Amino acid sequence: MVVDTSKRPRPKGGGAVAFQSIFWRLPWLRPILLLTPPLAWFVAVYFASLVLLLVTAFWTTNTFTTQIVQVWNTNNFQRILDEPIYHTIIGRTLTMAAAVTVTDAVLAFPFAYFMARIASRRVQTLLFAAVLLPLWASYLARLYAWILILNHNGLLNWSLQSIGLPPANIGYTNIAMWIVFSYIWLPFMIIPTYAALERVPESLLEAAADLGARRWRTLVDVVLPLALPGVVAGSIFTFALTLGDFITPILIGGAGSSLLGNVVFDNVGIASNIPFAAALAMVPVAIMAIYLLIAQRLGAFEAL
Amino acid sequence: MTAGEQPKKPALRLQGVKKSYGPVVAAAGIDLVVEEGEFFTLLGPSGSGKTTLLRLIAGFERPDAGTIELGGRDVTALPPYMRQTNTVFQDYALFPHMSVGQNIGYGLRIRHVPGPERRKRIDRALAMVRLTELENRRPNQLSGGQRQRVALARAVINEPQVLLLDEPLGALDLKLRQEMQIELKQIQKEVGITFVYVTHDQEEALTMSDRLAVMTNGQIEQIGSPVDVYERPASEFVAGFIGISNVLLRDGVRFVVRPEKIRMLAEGEPAPSGTTVEAGQVEEVIYVGMSTRYVVRLDRGEQLVAVRQNMDAIGDAQKFEGRPVRLAWTPDNTFVLDKREVGSP
Repeated sequence: MVVDTSKRPRPKGGGAVAFQSIFWRLPWLRPILLLTPPLAWFVAVYFASLVLLLVTAFWTTNTFTTQIVQVWNTNNFQRILDEPIYHTIIGRTLTMAAAVTVTDAVLAFPFAYFMARIASRRVQTLLFAAVLLPLWASYLARLYAWILILNHNGLLNWSLQSIGLPPANIGYTNIAMWIVFSYIWLPFMIIPTYAALERVPESLLEAAADLGARRWRTLVDVVLPLALPGVVAGSIFTFALTLGDFITPILIGGAGSSLLGNVVFDNVGIASNIPFAAALAMVPVAIMAIYLLIAQRLGAFEAL
Repeated sequence: MTAGEQPKKPALRLQGVKKSYGPVVAAAGIDLVVEEGEFFTLLGPSGSGKTTLLRLIAGFERPDAGTIELGGRDVTALPPYMRQTNTVFQDYALFPHMSVGQNIGYGLRIRHVPGPERRKRIDRALAMVRLTELENRRPNQLSGGQRQRVALARAVINEPQVLLLDEPLGALDLKLRQEMQIELKQIQKEVGITFVYVTHDQEEALTMSDRLAVMTNGQIEQIGSPVDVYERPASEFVAGFIGISNVLLRDGVRFVVRPEKIRMLAEGEPAPSGTTVEAGQVEEVIYVGMSTRYVVRLDRGEQLVAVRQNMDAIGDAQKFEGRPVRLAWTPDNTFVLDKREVGSP
């Protein structure tokens, strides 16, 4: 161009404007820039390790040297299907995860209901702190606290004896594990349930009462169905966390308390059979995949 | 009612109903009787206590004092689910997880109305609000006007003693609102249920009501027919809230002239006999389509609004601006607010 631009004032921050206009002209550029780092991280670390896990599950080990032998086979999965001990462990793990989830749902609902619909702002804040505070304490510290409560000379038996009752002796049993799991994962159930309950408009409860429904009926017909996605969302946490945990079975459980998590852990460490551990670890992954599909059908992801 | 006939029990009677929220008085001793089959409106600005009164009748709030009777039965202490009232909520409060049909049939299901009977009544209710085709839709698949009709059908189907409506048309646009006003009134005539209707829209109240109560500060200022309330308002508040009102003080009498009752005289036009004439100057001309509003400053100081129907196409309304005019009105068309000592403001 032959126009003399030297006399024209340059637009202020010309470079920045030019840079901004790139985003305006190419609207897909911004999401790509935003998503690339987390996605790269996700693919490289998380997804890759999952794929590696799956691949490893189809390898085997040398029995004498415990070296991994990269020979493709399905023996690991065959072993899980054939040996009754693994059926027992999978069954126990599923039962435990289900029991903990149901227990937490039952405990969390009235608590979350009180927080969301009855408590004053101040009480609500206090309860929030009470729910979240344990999460700041170390997981191990809380487990040891429970050992102190539940073991034979622990707080529970001491309390029972001092009021003249026989000792409970539930230390190092599945019951102990159930109690501890339910305690540890409870906040993960309370928060989404609370969120769902808080979103139910007051006028819907009034409408139900107006149409003749008593409190109980309103709860069953209106509150529960609308809060269900929140409960299901919470159950994803409680179920998955129980399914994969290996520390609680080791520290709180006793003989006959093996869950999938600590059996995988034992196979990695003591048995040094990483391919079999990988195959076993695929079991909770598969279970959770099915669980998430069901949860999605129930609308749990809209409640998160 | 002929002599000797048993006096019918009113559909609704409130006696000395009081309700306060801390220092805020929402109902300051309300007495009110609504007759069977009446379309009764509670009209007032926001914060006047009209919605609280409705909620007290429905049972969502408990009064601090006073009694509430439905059909002669004291229900003051009864919870909402034991009262023969149904409410159309301002936000409709439709159950989002139920279909239109389930929403409408919910009240019948709760009261264990047998299946075939329920089916019949749901069909009738759906037909009444013209939603038969949409029975299986969810509320979030409906337009605002359709949701409004579902809310109405869900309440009417239970044949309540009194139907309570809390600004039910507030969320609709003007055109739809006017259509629904007519439809609501027709449905009310058809089913013969007593309606207690809350609104802040004075035009809506005048159009639809058999009688209305004008409320402010938790009190009822006036109860009467639309004509009563408009033509003979009991207080300056009522006069000001319903329509534009011009308050004048002449010879110690404070009175109101409605804008449409004022006649603007043409230059040199003699005043009709029996009219009061005052001179002033046009300050502003506002063209509102159907009519034109003239804001006039009287020579004696007050500002008046006069309205003229635009009977003929006018392109010259603006030419009045700044001109002197004479305004005439018949004393019969004014109403006195109060008399004061001459000379006092």
